[in-house]
Amino acid sequence: MSAGPEPVPARRPGGPPPPPPVERRDKANYLNVSFGVKSWLLTTDHKRIALLYLASISLMFALGGLFAVAIRLELLTPGGDLVQSETYNKLFTMHGIVMVFFFLIPSIPAVLGNFLIPIMIGARDLAFPRLNLASWYVYMIGAAFTLYALISGGVDTGWTFYTPYSIVSNTHVVAAAVGIFVTGFSSILTGLNFIVTIHKMRAPGLTWFRLPLFVWAHYATSLIMVLGTPVVAVTILMVAAERILHLGLFDPRLGGDPVLFQHLFWFYSHPAVYIMILPSMGVISELVTAMSRKRIFGYGVIAMSSLAIAMLGFLVWGHHLFVSGQSAYAGMVFSLLSFMVAIPSAIKVFNWTATLYKGSVALQTPLLYTVGFIGLFTIGGLTGIFLAATGLDVHVHDTYFVIAHFHYIMVGGAIMGYLGGLHFWWPKITGRMYPEWWARVSAATVFLGFNLTFFPQFVLGYLGMPRRYHAYAEEFQVLNVMSSAGASILGVGYLLPMLYFGWSMRYGKKAPANPWGAKGLEWETDSPPIPENFARQPHVTEEAYAYAPSEVVVV
Amino acid sequence: MFRELPLWPDQASTMAGRVDALYVFLLAIGTFFSVLIAVLVVGFAVRFRRRSEDERPPAILGSTALELTWSLIPLGIVLFVFVWATEIFFAMNRVPPGAMEIYVVGKRWMWKTQHLTGQREINELHVPVGVPVKLTMTSEDVIHSFYVPAFRMKKDVLPGRYSTMWFEATRPGRYHLFCAEYCGTKHSGMIGSVVVMEPAAFQAWLAGGAAGGSLSAAGERRFAELGCQTCHRADSAGRGPVLDGLFGGTVRLANGATVQADETYVRESIVNPAAKVVAGYQPIMPTYQGLVSEEGLMQLIAYIQTLKAPAGRATPPAAGAGASAAEGAR
Amino acid sequence: MSETALPAHDAAHHPRLAHHFTDLTSQKDASSLGMWLFLAQEIMFFGGLFLAYTVYRALYSPGFAEASHHLDWKLGAFNTVVLIGSSLTMAMGVHAAALGHNRTTAGYLLATIALGGVFLGVKVVEYGDKFRHHLVPGAHFQWDGLHTRAAEIFYSLYFAMTGLHALHMVIGIPILAWMAWMAWRGRFSREYHTPVEMTGLYWHFVDIVWIFLFPLLYLIA
Repeated sequence: MSAGPEPVPARRPGGPPPPPPVERRDKANYLNVSFGVKSWLLTTDHKRIALLYLASISLMFALGGLFAVAIRLELLTPGGDLVQSETYNKLFTMHGIVMVFFFLIPSIPAVLGNFLIPIMIGARDLAFPRLNLASWYVYMIGAAFTLYALISGGVDTGWTFYTPYSIVSNTHVVAAAVGIFVTGFSSILTGLNFIVTIHKMRAPGLTWFRLPLFVWAHYATSLIMVLGTPVVAVTILMVAAERILHLGLFDPRLGGDPVLFQHLFWFYSHPAVYIMILPSMGVISELVTAMSRKRIFGYGVIAMSSLAIAMLGFLVWGHHLFVSGQSAYAGMVFSLLSFMVAIPSAIKVFNWTATLYKGSVALQTPLLYTVGFIGLFTIGGLTGIFLAATGLDVHVHDTYFVIAHFHYIMVGGAIMGYLGGLHFWWPKITGRMYPEWWARVSAATVFLGFNLTFFPQFVLGYLGMPRRYHAYAEEFQVLNVMSSAGASILGVGYLLPMLYFGWSMRYGKKAPANPWGAKGLEWETDSPPIPENFARQPHVTEEAYAYAPSEVVVV
Repeated sequence: MFRELPLWPDQASTMAGRVDALYVFLLAIGTFFSVLIAVLVVGFAVRFRRRSEDERPPAILGSTALELTWSLIPLGIVLFVFVWATEIFFAMNRVPPGAMEIYVVGKRWMWKTQHLTGQREINELHVPVGVPVKLTMTSEDVIHSFYVPAFRMKKDVLPGRYSTMWFEATRPGRYHLFCAEYCGTKHSGMIGSVVVMEPAAFQAWLAGGAAGGSLSAAGERRFAELGCQTCHRADSAGRGPVLDGLFGGTVRLANGATVQADETYVRESIVNPAAKVVAGYQPIMPTYQGLVSEEGLMQLIAYIQTLKAPAGRATPPAAGAGASAAEGAR
Repeated sequence: MSETALPAHDAAHHPRLAHHFTDLTSQKDASSLGMWLFLAQEIMFFGGLFLAYTVYRALYSPGFAEASHHLDWKLGAFNTVVLIGSSLTMAMGVHAAALGHNRTTAGYLLATIALGGVFLGVKVVEYGDKFRHHLVPGAHFQWDGLHTRAAEIFYSLYFAMTGLHALHMVIGIPILAWMAWMAWRGRFSREYHTPVEMTGLYWHFVDIVWIFLFPLLYLIA
């Protein structure tokens, strides 16, 4: 991060200085330093591992997307006429499992986090590079189990594995459960690696409150990964053990308590929602300041709100059980705690908005995704308040209202952030620019398609259409058709980046080291970076996002 | 097309209006903030769009006053919503005294309901308008959820225990009954109707008669079939506690604790007698798990509820259904 | 940004220093923090089972007491002593490694392995006894007391918790063997003995889990 008073080239005064003169003997970067399958499969370079993850989670996203297409096709008509009930139930189960455990949870941390955290903090690699590679293999083993469950006939329990149904279902629950159990350890190892890296590997001068907010968000996320994932791992293991060994921990016929499973499951799986959204918030914090070339508004508040969300996230699992027979007083407490999550979320949204004020806002693709994220996350967050309100949740619990709400957060929020970040750092990752016009088209398509898909589902939910229904009452058809139509637009919106990103890797314009004129250590090294990230150890002498200002305003 | 586009569910219970009022309030709040954020974000992005590469925005580091404003205003709103919603939630959980009792059993994939008067229905439930109705529900297999959107009421139906919910219908008509908790293959077929009738019409429907007499009469027959009276009668030499006047009272257990003699307690004492042994009795009762269906258990409970303490005894004895037994080798 | 040259990886630097660390101290700090986080993760992992145990013990307290009486507390107590002994030899091993006494380290680690083996041996005897008496949950479970269901849940938890604990020891013993072999080959020194220390932390954690399991499972009044 450059200090202010250096001479600034006339053409880009708001931007950074040209890259420091690095004495390079050749054009070696992490992509061309070695070749061959082995050089990738045995790499310990965090940047290459990030790309391994990018390839695998993109495949899983495509797979989960195919399930979604089949679901939306089935729901075009009220009668269950496209596929059998058994098939439909497996479709939404596999959609949930693949998207949640194999796409959303690893998406931003394992790809962008892996690639960027060491560079952003001026380190050569993560603290435990071999562990990082191991986490990818663990992920792949978990994915293999899940794909085995899929190929051998599928699972029909829903991604939540509620007992006692998951104990009596005659589908491949054990294989899917083992897959999720194994993949959980991939998250744990990634989170552990990030925490140690952020604690121990920061460049000289890079104090905690100079860290980019992306790093703060990942720190909070990693805490959840390390402390929450083992609980769901052991819970899923107990379900598998019940099926194999006929234990009775969750089976009421044997004296077990099926609701205990729900407590244990949501103790992890609610924080898991924040594993999906916090990194995305970190991306948006980077994008909003870089695209407006202006200091972030309320740095400390945004950083701390990430930690607050992570901690509150562990205290709100009971809001999934308002109608399951837990006591009304427990419901009241969980309701209050859930409402509290609204505050740090609102703080973030307002601070991002304020950052744009008086900025120099570049209306390019990353900004379009940022605006889209803020809009969709706002709607998703506000409808979360509907669900935290006990008296109202009784009606909309387990209806399409909930489906719409969490897709606004997990798809509208997490994936918008993921795509926005991928566009923003694509030049850094590949050394090539993506085609801007197509990228804008896709951002607009995703936004439009998303709203058309999921907004009608809020109405459906309030009308009372329950989730996981293969066939439904006729009066729900118009809204379902709208939703399916939106999904086809959304599908095109997601397909476009897959195509033009692929195209740009070969034909895209060569990217300079800092195409956005953005601040941050990652923009001070080459695009793509050299294998060691930096030719010389960077020393940090200033705050994050220290764009040379016209004036400093302290309100 | 838009004539077929429904936006609002029927309002057919005393709760519906209250829930809808909160919903409308939250919609208003939600719309306000969504529009506010959208206008600000899009407005700032357009108004302050980059016109030249030379622009140097000011560094605005933050503002404590603004941070407090946009923390405290949402905090105030959510606290207000919390109080409002909790009030509705508690009203939903508090069954009014004297509510009409109906028993519900969920089973993959159907709803079975039994009226105290003996009528039994499948995937239908007839109720009168203007009378609070209490449902006592259990499941024969996995978790289900009894959901009537027009009443804005829903409650999970669990195996091995009773859950209750109540409603008071306000408008005659036929309304959807859904299973809202995923329960396997034909989950979306586990649907039915709640038929709300004018009181007179409901009385006529009741008069249509029930094949086997009232629920408690059916329970009495079952009580005899299972041989319960050999131990649980005043003349049975004290092998088991006498059940007269038991229901609704408290029971002292062998381990010194006391329990409320409600539906759950009676059910447990039949299917798992060893769990709570009444003070002063030996655990000799065998388990009846698997011998009585969930519906049969509800009939027994309805019958036990009718057993009043004999005149002359002011307080019911500290007795319970659950004298118990070597549970036997399984 | 100011810069300094990256440390040159010449012959002078320690062979165990990874390329992305500047010195052995920071490398060791990172390993320690990583290990503590791993143990935090382990606590949460066991925590799910401990929570289930707490819930069912509260629900079925007489049944749990009855079921617990069929466990042999003497064997459990013996194993507790064995495991505490192994923690002692482990600590001695780490101490010796820190002093650079490689042969002594290897000896203590082998003693730790032996004690771990004794523990697992006793566990095998106990499990075998449960099999013979049909106390393994499932189709063949038999119980001649009052609280059949509670007993079955108790034994479900017993096998899940002690099994998971034993699995941790089964994983730990090969790691100890590897460490002993490295020590025998003289790979550790005053400057570099982090792997032994990390293994020690892991072993102590496994020990502590047993210290909780023993009273919770064997000593229910």
